[in-house]
Amino acid sequence: MRYSALSILLNGLTGNRGWRAAWRDPQPKAHYDVVIVGGGGHGLATAYYLAREFGIANVAVLEKNYVGSGNVGRNTTIIRSNYLLPGNNPFYELSMKLWEGLERDFNFNAMVSQRGVLNLYHSDAQRDAYTRRGNAMRLHGVDAELLDRAAVREMLPFLDFDNARFPIQGGLLQRRGGTVRHDAVAWGYARGADSRGVDIIQNCEVTAIRRENGRVTGVETTRGFIGCGKLALAAAGNSSNVAAMADLRLPIESHVLQAFVSEGLKPFINCVVTFGAGHFYVSQSDKGGLVFGGDIDGYNSYAQRGNLATVEHVAEAGKAMIPALSRVRVLRSWGGIMDMSMDGSPIIDHTYLDNLYLNAGWCYGGFKATPASGYCFAHLIARDQAQETARAFRLDRFERGFLIDEKGMGAQPNLH
Amino acid sequence: MASLISCPHCGARPKEEFTIKGAVLSRPAADAGHQAWTDYVYLRDNPRGTHREYWHHTSGCRRWLVVTRDTVSHEVGFCQDAAAAKLAEVRP
Repeated sequence: MRYSALSILLNGLTGNRGWRAAWRDPQPKAHYDVVIVGGGGHGLATAYYLAREFGIANVAVLEKNYVGSGNVGRNTTIIRSNYLLPGNNPFYELSMKLWEGLERDFNFNAMVSQRGVLNLYHSDAQRDAYTRRGNAMRLHGVDAELLDRAAVREMLPFLDFDNARFPIQGGLLQRRGGTVRHDAVAWGYARGADSRGVDIIQNCEVTAIRRENGRVTGVETTRGFIGCGKLALAAAGNSSNVAAMADLRLPIESHVLQAFVSEGLKPFINCVVTFGAGHFYVSQSDKGGLVFGGDIDGYNSYAQRGNLATVEHVAEAGKAMIPALSRVRVLRSWGGIMDMSMDGSPIIDHTYLDNLYLNAGWCYGGFKATPASGYCFAHLIARDQAQETARAFRLDRFERGFLIDEKGMGAQPNLH
Repeated sequence: MASLISCPHCGARPKEEFTIKGAVLSRPAADAGHQAWTDYVYLRDNPRGTHREYWHHTSGCRRWLVVTRDTVSHEVGFCQDAAAAKLAEVRP
């Protein structure tokens, strides 16, 4: 069923009895052309683009929990393409372009809101670094504006401009950046994939990967064996464990990242704003809650919950940027498990097995990449060739020395 | 994670005093070859469960420690001095 103003009106007039479930709940078939492990944003987007762009609809998405139970529903909903390095920038800009047309494309309201992403700078050196980043973006055809103090003050007058330690000198603004309702992204892709014939199988955990003669033949699951022509892993957070089922050791550590939401407030922050002197980012949801987060906790974790020391650290960074936050009450906090890769950049690549494909290592930047990740992964699976903007995301780049280290931190995943 | 960590030198101390470095890995010999060094620098077991990791008692004795911690429950188990752990490994 296509959603439209007319369908809302007609269903409203008939007691809303005409709505159907947005996707089916099918029994797994014995064999699929492609099986995707992981029913999060990236797995669902991959299935959607496989069916929509590459004509492969005999696809199953296996999710061990329910659709949207992982990181796609745990992030701070920010989208942006303000990347510096050539290996990253065109890919994230492809993602931004896909976000811009996404709702029409999959006929679902994902509340894409290009309200702007502003990164504050606090020193001359940081201004120079942001100028360089902004220039790199513009050379790649991405919008970027360097704002001075007065221009930032006009946008966000309540920031602590004269903070004794970290005075705000200005900011780098990407106006096309913004926020998207993250659950709706999972639902929209799930519905779009399902309506094109993809089977979304929930509560189905993969327990082993069956191989013969250097090829994957299928997966053992909690709902029985499912055969496949190609197997695609998109299980961020648990990538190492799923890959280990195929004896693959990854350049990844799993870390916990916390996020927070405050009580509902009247409109007060009209963009996404990030603190340049620490790691803190905040936006205001349409319900009025401030959605914010900071650094990962910094230790290996699969727990989906963090520690109070990090909560305190995030609150301190927030208050250093917006003193008024000291009066705000936090309603909820939660954790998600990040695939922290060794250079802070993702992997979309083949593996040593002919028909096993890997999508992993998104660190805490996976949400904004969802459309491009799905598109490029589908491209790789369908054509056995990397999409041109995702060519740098090779699994063997670590071994060969072609790292994409956006932050320049080296192989220390808890610092990216 | 527990609020108090038993440092072998300082006794029970608040966990905020410690900095967690990451997995305990054995460093290959300088001439060990490309593959051994790639494995050491980039590849990780990333276990779901028991994890041996280096901690630094930054705001205490400033010794490096080897701590065994569960990555699912965050439960902190055995905590020993890193030099002592190394000696124990070397001993036959």
